[in-house]
Formats: sequence, structure tokens, C-alpha cells
Amino acid sequence: MNSPRLNYRLVIFFLAIIFGVGMSMPTFLQTEKGAKISLGLDLQGGLHMLLGVKTEEAIKSKIKSIASSVKFFAQSGDIIIDDLRIQEETITLTLLDKDEEKKLDEMLKAIQGLHVNKEALKYTLSLEEKEKELTKEYAISQAVETIRNRLDQFGLAEPNVAKQGSDKILVELPGIKTADDEQRARELIAKAAHLQLMAVDEKRADRANSMSPTEAAQYGDVILPDARGEQIRHILKEIPIIDGSMLTDAKVAFSEMQQPVINFTLNSEGAKIFGDFTANNVGNRLAIVLDNKVYSDPVIRERIGGGSGQISGGFSVKEAHDVAIALRSGALLAPVTLLEKRSIGPSLGADSIKASLIALVSGFSLVVAFMLFYYRMAGVIANIALVANLFLLIAIMALFGATLTLPGMAGIVLIIGIAVDANVIICERIRELLRAGVGMKQAIENGYANAMSAIVDSNLTSLITAVILYVYGTGPIKGFAVSLSIGILVSMLTAILGTHGIYQFIMPYLEKSKNLTFWFGIKRSA
Amino acid sequence: MEFFSKNKIYNFMGKSKIFMLFSLLLIACSYGLLATKGLSYGIDFSGGTLVQVKYDQKAPIDQIREQISSDKMFANALITEFGSPDEIVIRFATTNESVSNDVGDRVRELLKGTGNFDIRKVDIVGPKVGSELREKGLMSTIMGILAILIYVAFRFEWRFAIASVAALVHDVSITLGAIILFDIEVSLDVLAAMLTLIGYSINDTIIVFDRIREDIKESKSFNLLDIINQAVSQTLSRTTLTSLTVLFVVLTLFLFGGEIIHGFSFTLLFGVFIGTYSSIFIAAPLLKWFGFDIAAYKNKEALKEKNRVEREKMRAMYEKGTV
Repeated sequence: MNSPRLNYRLVIFFLAIIFGVGMSMPTFLQTEKGAKISLGLDLQGGLHMLLGVKTEEAIKSKIKSIASSVKFFAQSGDIIIDDLRIQEETITLTLLDKDEEKKLDEMLKAIQGLHVNKEALKYTLSLEEKEKELTKEYAISQAVETIRNRLDQFGLAEPNVAKQGSDKILVELPGIKTADDEQRARELIAKAAHLQLMAVDEKRADRANSMSPTEAAQYGDVILPDARGEQIRHILKEIPIIDGSMLTDAKVAFSEMQQPVINFTLNSEGAKIFGDFTANNVGNRLAIVLDNKVYSDPVIRERIGGGSGQISGGFSVKEAHDVAIALRSGALLAPVTLLEKRSIGPSLGADSIKASLIALVSGFSLVVAFMLFYYRMAGVIANIALVANLFLLIAIMALFGATLTLPGMAGIVLIIGIAVDANVIICERIRELLRAGVGMKQAIENGYANAMSAIVDSNLTSLITAVILYVYGTGPIKGFAVSLSIGILVSMLTAILGTHGIYQFIMPYLEKSKNLTFWFGIKRSA
Repeated sequence: MEFFSKNKIYNFMGKSKIFMLFSLLLIACSYGLLATKGLSYGIDFSGGTLVQVKYDQKAPIDQIREQISSDKMFANALITEFGSPDEIVIRFATTNESVSNDVGDRVRELLKGTGNFDIRKVDIVGPKVGSELREKGLMSTIMGILAILIYVAFRFEWRFAIASVAALVHDVSITLGAIILFDIEVSLDVLAAMLTLIGYSINDTIIVFDRIREDIKESKSFNLLDIINQAVSQTLSRTTLTSLTVLFVVLTLFLFGGEIIHGFSFTLLFGVFIGTYSSIFIAAPLLKWFGFDIAAYKNKEALKEKNRVEREKMRAMYEKGTV
């Protein structure tokens, strides 16, 4: 009876400490290998954005492309149609030649998800609801894919692009250091990268500055500004010869004048169309249009085979690099909009870490000193549990790959205060029994038993609110909820089981000793 | 060391009316403030833009104000010192949809020439996200209180549940009043602190209720007032001690945690005080006010026990094969 006794509680506690210290080492020492806690954007600095997608634009552009294919079909089949108009999300047209009705109907029927409403020879075309939904969904997933591709090629560490909810995109870029870099990344994300090769309307080219857009539309033309400035205008054929979907590659190169340019390559279909068009239009001009701006309009001297071309237009090297990335990753089907942005500079993050570490260390020291002062040996035991709690908390967060945010740090500081609560409850119960004259062993065992229901109830209610915080919280707040919940769960293990194990282990000494001041900080009153 | 004399029973219930009146007064003041002054929502909830700028010397606030307001878009911009004279925060309600060129970039341009500065933080919250966050925030508070109501009703008895939730509403209301009084901006962090407070303050209350439950079981007395006095006195030392340890850490957060989590630590600091006060002086008396009756409770518990014994008897008989 007189030697210390091992018990299952102590063994579990001991194993937990080994696990906690071992698994938290990679985080403390910042080793290469092993699971570590990573710092949130608010601590290491970086850019967090929530983007919306203008999905209605994707529907509009789908409607536009249906309209141009109807127009193309009518022109090539000599079907005479009139009044082809696009109004918001519907197309109206009138068929003049009744004999061709069947042909047109068949063509329209072949377009998926198209709703055709016919009154005599007046057609109203719109997308079916289901098709609209599909188009919207596709626009969002395509935007996620495209932005991810672009950022992967941009060369930043660990970009994170993910769909959030049904219609939002979360973009997280840690490691952005300066405001210029940040803006450049944002420009890359938002770039439509819509490349078109369009024929210049040579007949009306000289009227570029006087013609109104409505007049141009009558000739099947469109007026677009030059990349060098809005005042220079070009009259181009509305239906493009080639668009960016036929692009396979885009690379930065340097022109003879040592200006950065972008060389692009077309797929075989694009190359064929390009070859045929250039062969038939020698002497005319071809405009290279990016995001509705004309970059150049060289004269076609001969048939261009091989399907490659060049965009030049006074780019800086960085710009050329970013445009090439955007072209390679593909165009955005619909524009993205900014819903929320949180950008934190690295120096602020470092300040926050420093401030919260000071709070952590001083909070910890105060609590440890108080427990020692108030409970003496019982305080020492509670403090051992507290230290074990912190190690375990960090180990478990590292294992889960949790991110540490500033509120998360606050959560850890708070846990220090909350974790000793269980020990306070237990010690108070034990003191009560000791004062009533109960023997040491009995007092400790009953103290734990009496305290249990209160501890479980109070911890569970705290846990409930932490879980609700996690479910409804966003960003850094989730980090707070995580460190709080793990801390509460761990404290049940360390503060209850762990300390109980220690008491049982040293019970032989406790039973012999009559010094209640030393062990529990009270004067024996009995 | 011991704070409270060991076996003394304080007469809390004798003074309960005074405390109740005091609390009602505080709550009334809080809602008065809410109605007149109102909460000042941060951009998290109202939508808007916040730019935090640090200069390498004292920030030239007047010059900055002049520069910023030269753009009509920022006519109502609020420029305040943040933590130190070198650091300022610019707030305005304008947001924008463009990803590539946002209001933060515009502010950066305007500030050029005001000295050497570093833009440390730009937060833009669009109106849609703001209202979504507001909804979520309200929802989480209600869900938090509701979940606790259900848990306590399940573990104790419905009057315990209502009393503890009334104490929670008491804490939240008065803390809200303090937030308004001290001009704390309501941000996501402050909301998180509120929810933490709900979880924390219910702790204290539950410890007291747990003791009441235990004392009812052990004591022969049917006098609720005596039992409440006894339970609150017995747990007094624990309630103050835990509050003290939590207060230590929250105080260090408040003092050293930095300006960014100031709202968070203030809310917790104040909340810990109010939560401790309410678990000692408010929650238990409410139990009495809501008509909790020991005799009825004991009967119910006895009935439960009887049923349990009966069931066990039945099972034993069943196992022996006599039924």
C-alpha cells in the first residue's frame, strides 16, 4: 500500500501527453515533415475574396450565339428571314419564305434546350428553364476551373479556389506581399480573356468615327475601340471568324523591336477556318480583338496556314505574361463580381501573432500562478493537466490540418481559463469533504464523483454553442469555434481523467500526510 | 488559501428583489440605448469598406481627410486613429463590384503623397454579403439559446431551462447595452464573443442549478429559499474562482491582444462580469419566481424512481420467466 500505484487513468493520461507533445512538435519547430497547424490569412497575410458570377450574362451570350448560328444557317441555306432581334433573353424572327418552314423548324429543333414559340411565321425563341439552370451552373463551375487554372500558373504558393454555396466562388491567396501584386492577381482573375479574330469592314472603314452603333448594326457591323485609347474606333464584321475557344496555346515572345508579344496557336478546326479566310481575303485587314478591344489590324498579305497568330499592342512584360496565362486557361463565360474582399498585409499578420502570443503567455502565467497560490499541490496537478491540454489541443488541430486564425488564438487563450474550471469544481468538492472531516482517499474519490454531473453539463453546453458557432460562423470565426470545441473536449480528458490518475498514483503519500494546507491549501478545521 | 468562509450560508434570496430590480433597470437602460442610439454595425454586417493604413510617422489625418474627400465617392468617409497615432482606419459605405479595380485601389491612389505608408488591411463587404452575415448572426444566437433551452430542459426540468435562458437573455441584453454605451462596433468577432458568452454564462448557472438539484435530493427541507441560499453559497467559491481565471485570460486579451480583437475582448470581459453576477443573484431566484415547487419535483422524481424500480422488477421477473 505504500508505493505509488499505476492505474489506467494515469496510463491513458501519460499516453495522451506523449501523443500531444509528439504531434505538436512539427508545429512548434516548424519542421518540413509532419502535420502542422497552418496560419490563417489574417495571421500570415494574404487575400481572401468571395466572388459572384453574373450568370445572366452567360445566358445572354448563349442566346447571342444561337442567334448568330440561326443567321449563319439562313444565309448559307438561302432562307430569307427578317426582323432577327435579340431582346434580353429571347430571340424573335420572321420567316418570309413559307416553303422553308420545315427546314428551319428542323434546324431549331436540333438546338438543345431551345423553346420555340410559333405564331404563323413569327418565331419567338427562348431557353427552357432547365437549360437556363444548366447554363448558369456550367458558367459557375467553368469560372471556378478557369480561375484555378490561372492562379496555378500565376506562380503563387497554395492558391485556393472553391465553389461556395450554390453560386459563389471563394478565392484565397496566401503569400501575397504587396498591394501591387494583389491588384495584379485580381486583374488576372477578372480578365474575361475573350479572344476574337474579326474581319474589318473595308467598305465602311473610313466612317469609323462618325457611324452610330445602331447604324453599324444594320450593316451587320460592330464598332469597337482600340486598345491604345477609346477615341480610335474600328468598324468590324459582327460575327467573328474565330474565337478563343479554338485556341490551344498562348506564349509570351518578343518582337523584332524587343516588345513583348503573345503568340497563340489554334486547333485544327481554327487553323482550317483561319487558312480559308486569309486565302479569300488577301489585301483586307484582320482585327485581333481581346476583351472587346482591338489590339491590331494587320493587312492579310497571303494565306496563313499552320493556325498561329500574334497579339501585339504595347504590353508590359508582366501584362503579356498575365494575358497569356488568361488565354491559355480559357475565357470566362460570365463576368465575376466582387462580393467580399479581405486583404491583410503580412506586417499586420505578424503584429497580430505577436499580440496574441503575449496574451497567451501572460494569461497562462496568471492562471498557473493563481492555481498554485490558491490550491498548492492540487494546483500543481491542475497545472500539469493544463499544460497537457495545450499540447493536445495543438496536436489535434495539427492532425486535422486546422488553420489557426486570430480568433482561433483568442479561443486558445480562453481555453486556458475554461480548462481549469473542471479542476476548480473538483478541488472545491474535495475541500468541502475534507472540511467535513472525511478521510483523504474518500474525499478525493467522492469529490470526483460529486463534481462529475456539473462538469459534464457545463462542458456540454459550452460545446453546443461552439458547434453552433462553427456551423453559422464564417472564415476566422470558424477557427475560433474549432479551437474552442477541441479545447473543451480535451479538457474533459486532461482535467478530469488525468488529474484523477495522478491523485490515485500518489494516494499512498496522500493518505499518510495530514498536511491539508500543503495538498489542498486549506486549514484542517475538524 | 480560501476566499469564502467555509460553511457560511448567505441569504441571497432575502435580497433577491433588490437585485432583480437592479437588473430590470439595467435591461431597460440597454433597450433604451438600443432604441435611441442603436447598435453601430461594422462593415461585416452593414456592408462597406475599411482600409487600415500605417504610416512610418504620425499619420497626417487632416491631409488624409482632404485627399480622400476629394473623390465624391468617399464624401462620407470616416477617418479615425487606430491604436496608435501612426495608424489610421478609413471607413466608408461605398463598395464595388469590380474585381480588378476596387475602392481599396482608389484609396491607395488618393493617399499617394501623404507620406510613407503601408496599407495593412482592406476589407470590402458587399451589401448582399453583409445582410447574409447579419441573418446568419441572428440565427446563430437564437439557435444557441434554443439549443441550451432544450438541453437544460432535458437534463433538469423545464423551469430550470426557462430560468437559465432568462438569465442568458439578461446577460446578452445588458452586454448589448454596454456595447452601445462604449461605442463598440458590432463585427463578426463581437458576435462570436456574444455566443461564447452564452456558452460561458450558462456554465455558471448550470453549476448552481446542479447543486440545487443535489441539495433537494439530500435535504429533507421543502423550503426552496433555504435550498437556493445553501446551493448558491456552496458554489460561491467555485463561481468566483472560475470567473477569476477566465477574467485573467480575457483581461490579458483585452490589454495585450491588440486593437483588432478589441471588440471581441471587451464583449467577453464585460460578459464575464455580468454572467457571474446573474448566476449568483438572478438565475436561482428566477427559479422560485417561475413557481418551482420542491414537493412536486420530489414527487415526480419519486415517481420516476418508482417506475424505474417497477420496470426492473418486471425485467427480473421476465428474465426468470415468471411473466
